[in-house]
Amino acid sequence: MKTIYKVEDLSKEYDGKEVLKVEDFDLFQGEIFGLVGPSGAGKSTLLRLLDFLEPPTSGVIKFKGQEYHQTKEPGLDIKRKITTVFQEPALLKTTVWKNITYPLKIRGIPIKGELKSELENLITDLSLWELKDQRADKLSGGEAQRVAVARALIFKPEVLFLDEPPSNLDPTNISIIENKIKQYGKRTGKTVLVVTHNIFQAKRLTDRVGLLHRGEFIEIKERDNFFNSPDNKLTQKFLAGDLLP
Amino acid sequence: MHTLIQGFREAIKLLISLDPELLQIISVSFRVTGTALFVSVLIGVPLGTVLGLVDFPGKKIITALLYTGMGLPPVVVGLFVFIMFSASGPFGSLGWLFTTRSIVVAQTILALPLVTSFVMTSVLSIDIALIRQMKSLGTSRKQLLWTVIKEARLGAVVAMAAGYGAVISEVGAVMLVGGNIAGKTRVLTTAIMLETRQGRFGFALALGIILLLIAFITNMIMMKFQHREIK
Repeated sequence: MKTIYKVEDLSKEYDGKEVLKVEDFDLFQGEIFGLVGPSGAGKSTLLRLLDFLEPPTSGVIKFKGQEYHQTKEPGLDIKRKITTVFQEPALLKTTVWKNITYPLKIRGIPIKGELKSELENLITDLSLWELKDQRADKLSGGEAQRVAVARALIFKPEVLFLDEPPSNLDPTNISIIENKIKQYGKRTGKTVLVVTHNIFQAKRLTDRVGLLHRGEFIEIKERDNFFNSPDNKLTQKFLAGDLLP
Repeated sequence: MHTLIQGFREAIKLLISLDPELLQIISVSFRVTGTALFVSVLIGVPLGTVLGLVDFPGKKIITALLYTGMGLPPVVVGLFVFIMFSASGPFGSLGWLFTTRSIVVAQTILALPLVTSFVMTSVLSIDIALIRQMKSLGTSRKQLLWTVIKEARLGAVVAMAAGYGAVISEVGAVMLVGGNIAGKTRVLTTAIMLETRQGRFGFALALGIILLLIAFITNMIMMKFQHREIK
């Protein structure tokens, strides 16, 4: 498989304290990768670095062969190929429709023809059609999260990061969002990285899974191998539901 | 009490008859205050947005200066502008003293800290997660700035209303730098002062009613906007 991200000796410190230390990590094009780990493991930090929202303290992030580091960040054209759906959906104080079409607007892409149909299908698939003219700040948590997912998918990013998007939602909303994410990964060949602390969600969604603990990768394996035959004792403990030291 | 009632009667008569002198004063007031507000918004909205978004060395000092600026004594501002534009001042050659331009400058100095501070506070209240999300969706710096201004629009409207209210009702600085010249620099507040001194209470009251009306309409517009935003 073709590597889309290659991370080498990546480190992130806050106030002199190292919270992330990834020696080597590859993300392959077209895969759905599950990043699991306990709270405070550094999952969200890694995501922010990979989305180039923050610079690393040291180390290199190679995206599509191009190297980026603390003093070299990618241009807007590269950044626009990547996006993150965060745990808490952050929506603009406007309608659902305007929120979803926002990425197209900032890219100057007109909504017409095939794109218009795709947009309408996406909104329908995520059960948002009836809500499209409603103000986004009046939505329920599940509806808002679906809007955030639609907004991320509409411009077809090459890499989609999801930072525990369906957490604390009801099963219907979780199912709608998971199906859409899976479809996106499988049908478009785009890369998806899902951060989750829910191992069942990782089982349902991913091709490969990695356990991050105390800022370091403990084990990365194909999904079935990760869950059925983990090598590392920490992974075994994590999968057994034990608290990690 | 009798004077007050008589004054009110005269005021209503003047307003109904659309007295040319009255209209002239209203027109000058709107023109100078509108221009001062426009300039304040033009500078204050982007400045307030940047101050709300970006951290840089010296930001605390600038913020403290802004807050101090909110309480600037208008007469002191008037004095400062007077010196700047007087014949011996650095901008004396412009010949702006005792023209509406010097009033606009003084009113802008008074309104700018208000507009900037309100916008900054409004931007600061925007969830940091929204800004991070906008960046992740691929906004350019300009687009992010514009999006933030739109999100903080309620604060921006309050800023405009506060700025407008502060300068339309101002008298000290306007009197000093404008000179209250009939047909040229006479505005509502300076005219009220003059008419009261001359004992033309009706005219002064008519001007006062108009001032109150402007303040009322401004607040109504603001409330309507607030209501629409909250709804």
